[in-house]
Amino acid sequence: MNASINVLLFGITRDITGQTAIQHPLAPHARVSDLLIQLHGQYPRLADIRALLVAVNGEYAEPDTKLKSTDEVALIPPVSGG
Amino acid sequence: MISLTSNPIDIASAYKYLQADGAGAIDLFLGVVRDNTQARPVDRLEYEAYDRMALSEMKKIADEACRRWNILKFVVIHRTGLLRIGEMAVLIGVSTPHRADAFDATRYIIDTIKQTVPIWKKEVFTDGEIRVNATP
Repeated sequence: MNASINVLLFGITRDITGQTAIQHPLAPHARVSDLLIQLHGQYPRLADIRALLVAVNGEYAEPDTKLKSTDEVALIPPVSGG
Repeated sequence: MISLTSNPIDIASAYKYLQADGAGAIDLFLGVVRDNTQARPVDRLEYEAYDRMALSEMKKIADEACRRWNILKFVVIHRTGLLRIGEMAVLIGVSTPHRADAFDATRYIIDTIKQTVPIWKKEVFTDGEIRVNATP
C-alpha cells in the first residue's frame, strides 16, 4: 500500500521547497515527528527555520500526533502577521 | 466579526459594526505598513495566510478576550496580498462598557495575533532584496 499525505507549505517553506504543497509518502502509524524527520532529510534547509510547527486539519499539532492519509497537514514557520 | 481580505479595510464599517447602546468605549487598533525596518527602507509588504487556520486561530483569540473582558462587540480584520507604505494591514476593534477593558482587550488581541495566527509577511526592501523573518 502506498499511502501518501498532502502537506501544505507556507512562508519560507514555500521558498525552500519551491512549491506550495507536496504529496509525501506516509508510513503506517506515522506521527508528525516522523514526517518532519523525512522532510528535513529531503529539504535540509528546513533546519534553518527557528521554530517549525506543524498543523493537522487546521490545528497546531504535537510531535506525537498520529497522521492519516486524509489529514490536511501544513508546515507553519514562525508567523509574522499583524 | 472576523475576516481576512485582499481588499482595503474600511474603518467606517468596522466602527458602525462595533457600536452598541451599552458601550462607553470603542477602541480601534490599526496596524499599518511602515516605510522602514530597522532603518532599512521598505518598498512593500506581501502577506500570505493559511486561510482556514488563520480564521480559526483569530476566533480562538477573540473568544479568549471575551472570556477575560466584558466585550460587547469585536472586529478583527487582516489583509492579505501586496500592501504599500501607509496601507492598513490589520484592524482590531472592541466595544466595552468602560475604557479599561477596551484598551486591555485590544492590546491582547493584536499581541496574540502576532504570536499564533498563521499569517506571514514578506518584506521587500527598496534595493529589491526580499526578507522572510524565519531564520535564526
